[in-house]
Amino acid sequence: MSEKMILIPVRTTEQGTALNKGKLQEAYMLETSMVDVNTDDMERLGLQEGDKVRLSNEVGEVIVTCRGKKPDDLPQGLLAIPYGPPTTHLMDSETYGSGMPVSKHMEVVIEKVIV
Amino acid sequence: MSENTRTIKNAVCTFCGCVCDDMELTVDLDEHRITKAKNACILGRSWFSEHVIEDRPIAAIGGKEVSFEEAVEESAQILTKAKFPIIYGLSEASVEAQREAVAIADYMRGSIDSTSSVCHGPTGMAFQGVGESTTTLGEVKNRADLVIFWGCNPAEAHPRLFTRYAVTTKGMFIPRGKKDRTVVLVDPRKTASAPVANIHIRPKPATDFEMIWALRALIKGKKVNASIEKVTGVPLETLQDLAERMKNCNFGVVFFGMGLTMGRGRYFNTGALFSMVTDLNEYTHFVVKPARGHGNVTGADQVLTWQTGYPFGVNFNLGYPRFNPGEFTAVDNLARDGADAAMFIASDPASNFPKAAVEQMKRIPVISLDTRRSVTSELAYVVFSTSAWGLNEHGTAYRMDDIPITLRPAFESPYPSDVVILSAIKNRVFELNIDKRSIGMSARSDIGKATLHASM
Amino acid sequence: MVSATRIVNGKVYDPINNIDGVIRDICIEDGRIVESVPDSATRIEAQGMVIMPGGVDIHCHIAGPKVNAGRKLMPEDHRKDPYPGTAVTRSGSGGIVPSTFTTGYRYATMGYTTAMEAAVPPLSARHTLEELHDTPVIDKGFYVLLANNIFLQNLIKEGRQEEFQQAVAWWMNATRAYTPKLVNPGGDEPWKGKRNTNVHDIDEKVDGISPRQIIEAFVIAADKMNLPHPAHIHCNNLGHSGNYRTTLETMRTAGDKRLHIAHIQFNCYGGEVGKQPASKAAEIIEYINQHPNITCDVGQVMFGNALSMTADAPLAYMLRGINKNKWVNADTECESGCGIVPFTYQGHVYTHTLQWAIGLELFLLTENPWQVILSTDHPNGGSFMNYPKLIRLLMDRGFRRQEIARVNQKAIAKTMISDLDREYSLYEIAIITRAGPARALGLKNKGHLGPGADADITIHDEMEDKEMMFNAPRYVLKSGVHIIADHEFREDHTGRLLHITPEYDQKIEEVIQPFFESYYSVQFENYPIDKSYMHDNEVISTGST
Repeated sequence: MSEKMILIPVRTTEQGTALNKGKLQEAYMLETSMVDVNTDDMERLGLQEGDKVRLSNEVGEVIVTCRGKKPDDLPQGLLAIPYGPPTTHLMDSETYGSGMPVSKHMEVVIEKVIV
Repeated sequence: MSENTRTIKNAVCTFCGCVCDDMELTVDLDEHRITKAKNACILGRSWFSEHVIEDRPIAAIGGKEVSFEEAVEESAQILTKAKFPIIYGLSEASVEAQREAVAIADYMRGSIDSTSSVCHGPTGMAFQGVGESTTTLGEVKNRADLVIFWGCNPAEAHPRLFTRYAVTTKGMFIPRGKKDRTVVLVDPRKTASAPVANIHIRPKPATDFEMIWALRALIKGKKVNASIEKVTGVPLETLQDLAERMKNCNFGVVFFGMGLTMGRGRYFNTGALFSMVTDLNEYTHFVVKPARGHGNVTGADQVLTWQTGYPFGVNFNLGYPRFNPGEFTAVDNLARDGADAAMFIASDPASNFPKAAVEQMKRIPVISLDTRRSVTSELAYVVFSTSAWGLNEHGTAYRMDDIPITLRPAFESPYPSDVVILSAIKNRVFELNIDKRSIGMSARSDIGKATLHASM
Repeated sequence: MVSATRIVNGKVYDPINNIDGVIRDICIEDGRIVESVPDSATRIEAQGMVIMPGGVDIHCHIAGPKVNAGRKLMPEDHRKDPYPGTAVTRSGSGGIVPSTFTTGYRYATMGYTTAMEAAVPPLSARHTLEELHDTPVIDKGFYVLLANNIFLQNLIKEGRQEEFQQAVAWWMNATRAYTPKLVNPGGDEPWKGKRNTNVHDIDEKVDGISPRQIIEAFVIAADKMNLPHPAHIHCNNLGHSGNYRTTLETMRTAGDKRLHIAHIQFNCYGGEVGKQPASKAAEIIEYINQHPNITCDVGQVMFGNALSMTADAPLAYMLRGINKNKWVNADTECESGCGIVPFTYQGHVYTHTLQWAIGLELFLLTENPWQVILSTDHPNGGSFMNYPKLIRLLMDRGFRRQEIARVNQKAIAKTMISDLDREYSLYEIAIITRAGPARALGLKNKGHLGPGADADITIHDEMEDKEMMFNAPRYVLKSGVHIIADHEFREDHTGRLLHITPEYDQKIEEVIQPFFESYYSVQFENYPIDKSYMHDNEVISTGST
C-alpha cells in the first residue's frame, strides 16, 4: 500500500550532535535515514516501528527507516526527516529564481519495502 | 585525560547562530582536545568534544597526498582555467576567511555564494524588498514581553535562544524572565520547542503566507472571513487573539526559521512577515529576527554585502559584482550544468543539495576545504585539511543578530587555517589573472569621465 | 611606492599656512611633507594646476552595521552603477551606498583622503573596523554613539559626572573610536520602550533625564579630557519644523565650550511642528558667527537619490510615514536605535527645495568658513559624489542662479538665497573641505601642506567649471603614495585608522561590569576590541592643545 504525503526535512538534536562526530560516521548516517511517521498513518499503511519504507517522487527515491510519532506530535499526512543526504535524492533543483530549492513540503509517495 | 590542561573563559561556540560567548573550556593540551565545555548546550558540548585532530594529509590531489604548495598551485590553475568557476560555503569560516574568498572570486571572475542561499537567502530577498524592523538579542532579553517562534525549532537548532536570550532569561524590563513573557509557537508539528510555549498554533503545512496575510488584515481592523480556518487550519478566533496580543504588547519579537524560507512561499512568506511586523509598529514596538543557522553564515552575508553590495549569489564574470538569485546561486549554477569548477569552503553541499546539483559536482574538478572528511570532500579532486575555526584559530563570527564576536581558540592544530590556504590561492589566482585586469579600464568616477572628455 | 617626490610649478592653496594660490614646490619624503628632497626625487609637473591638501570629510556614513544594512537594502541601486576593478584596485558596486572598496576609491577620485564615519553603536565597533579595513586609500575613524547609552544615562541621573567621564574614556578605548557621538539624546527610550514616540523638547524628561542634561555631561567630559574633536551632536527634533530653537538651546548648553553640530541644515527650520518649515538659517548662523567655540557641518541636501540612515530611529519612522517606502529599524541593546529609509530629494517639492536653499544660505552667510564645513551627511542628504557640484554652487553665482530657477519658487521666496551674491574662492573651498575639518577634528597633520603634514595631496587641472575641476584630480597622493596619476589608479593603499586613547581609571570597569552582566547579551570580557582589528592606525593625542 502506498500513499502521497508531505515530507519536511527538520533539525533534530541527534542530527546536530552526530554532525559533530562526522558526516561519514555511523551516528549521522543512522539519524539522517530515519523518517517520522504519524502512528495512525502507520497503522493504515501497515507499517511497524523500524520498517524500511521507500519515499519516492519524480526526482528520485530513497529507502529510510520508519519511526512512529504520536498523532498529537505529528499531524497525519506529514513526514519529518532529519536534514541529510537521503533528502537530496528527492529534492528538485528548480529554485524558481530564488536559489532555494523547495526543501520543505516535498510531495512524496511512501510505501513499505517488502524485504 | 592528561594532567596538562588549561581553562579558557569567555570562549565562543560557533556551532549555531547564537554564537554564545560564555563558554568555559577545559583543554587537554597533550591530547589536543576539549574535555569540558561549561555553559554549552547539548549541540555545543558535542561541537567542542568531538573536535579532535584527525590523521589526514594536509593536502591531497586525486586521492594522493601532496604538498601544500602543489595543492595551492593546482587549485589556482583549476579556478583560472574554468570559464564559470564557483565558490560556495563560508558558513563555518571566519570573517577573515570570507574576505579572502570574495577576493578570489573577484580575481578569477567567477561566482561566489554562501549557504545563505539555501537557508535565509529568501529572507535576504525579502529584506531587499520591504526592509525589516529588527534588534540585537540583548534587547529581546531586556524588553520582549511577547515572543513568537514561527517555523523554527530552537529547542533542537538553537537551544540557548530560550535560556540566554529570549525566554527564561531575565532582563531590564523583564525582571521575572519567562513569567513576564508570553511565548507563542507557530508550527504544524509538536516539536521539542512546544513545551516552552504558552500558545501553540498549528497551521496546515505551507499555509504561512495565508495566515500572515490574514493577521495583517486583522491588525488593521479589517474583517477576515471565517473560512480562513479551512485554508490554514487555524480558527479565526485564534488569529484574532494573536493579532490583539501583538498590538497590545510592549515589545514584540518574531523569530522565524526554515519553515518560512524553504517552502513554496520563500521570500513571499518572509516578505509578508516583515511587512506584518512593520505594520505593527503603528501600535507598539515590534521586531523580527531570522533564527540563523550554522556558525558564521550571518558574517558571510555581511562580508559579501560590504565587498560587493549584495549578500549572496554574486558573479564577477563581467569584472564587477552582479547579483541574481536563481542564476548565480550555487544550486542553480551547478544544476544547469553551468559551473565547470567549484571550490567548497567549510560546507558540505554534496550532502544537502538537490541530486542534479550533486551529479554536476561529480563531473567537474572540485576543491574542498574542511576540517574533516565529508560527503563533499570524498568527491573532491583537491582536498585541503584545515584547522578548525574558533577552536584552533583566531577570527570573527557574526551572531544571528549581526553582532561580531571575537573567537578565542583553545588549542593548536597541525593543519593550516582556511585563511592561510585561501590567502595563498588568492595571491596565485591574482598573478594568473593579471592580464584580465587592465589599467586601461580605469576606475574614474562616472562624472569624471565626462570631465576628461571636456578637458582633452 | 615612491620614496621622495617633488611637485613643481603648481598653484598652492593651503589656508592653515596662509598660502593663497602661490606657486611653490611641495616636497614629500616617507609619506610626509618636508622642506626639501634630493634632486633624484620623482617630479610631478603641475603647471596650470591647483594643489591642495587632500579633502577631509568630517561627517559621513561609510561603514558599520547601518551602512551595510543600507547597502544590502539597495540592489536596484548597485545594478545601475557597477564599478569594475583594475590592475591595482578591487571591483565593487556604486550607487548611493557603494561597496567598501568603491567608497574608498571614489573618495580618492573626488580628491578626499580622510573620512569620518559618524555613527557607530559600541557593540558594532568591531564590524565597523572590519569594513574600514576594506575601505581603501583614505584614512578613517568613527564616532561612537554614547548619548542613549543607558548605563551612562544612569550615571548622569545620579550626578556622578566624574565616573561618567571615566566611563566615556573607557568606551573610547574599548571601541577604538575617535569621539563621542550624540544622536537625538534621550530619544531611544521613548522609541524602544514607550510605543514608538520620541522626546520632543530639550528639557523634557524621559525616565528622569532630559536631553539637555545629557548634552551638558558630554560637553563637560569632552572638555575635561581635551578631546581633539569635541562631542559631535545630531540635535533633537531633527527634521521637524520649528527645531531651530532646539538647535539654539543645544548650542547655548555648551556655553563657551567646544561643540560640533552635525548636518546643521536639518536643524534650521522655523514654523510649527507638523506644518511647513521656514528657513531660520540666518538666526542659526548669527549665533555661530558670535561663538567661535561652535563648529558645524552643513549636511547639504542635493536633488536626487539619498538614503536616510540614522541612529535617530523615530526620525526614520517619520520619513517612512511620508513615502511608505521600505524601512529598516535596528535596535542595539542598551546603546542605540537605527532607522533606514530610501529618499529622493525633488526640486519641485517645497520642503526639499527649502532644505537645499537653507544649506546654501548657511555657507553663504557665514562670516567664518572655518566653522562651517562642507558635508552632505552622505548618504542622508545625497552621495558624497555630489561634492564637486556643491563646490560649483558655492563658487559660481551664475550656475547657482540657473539651479535656483529650476526648483520650487515658493520655497525660494521664503529664503534669502536669491539675494546672496557671495562666491567662494578656491582658498575658501580649501578651508571648508580641508583645513576647516582637519582643524575641527584636531588633526594637526592633515588639512595643510606645511612640513610634517601627512602627504595627502590633490592636484587638479585649473578649470572654469569647478564641478568638472573637482570631479577628477589629475593626481592624488596619499601618505606620499601616488594613488592616481593622470586620472588613473596606479597603486592601492590601505589607509590608517585614526582613534584616540584618553586615560581612565581602571576602577571604572568595576562599576560598568555589573550593569553589563545583567543587561547585555555578550560577555564583558569579549566587548573591548583587541589589537587584531587594528590594521595601520594612528593614535591622535588628547590632553594637549
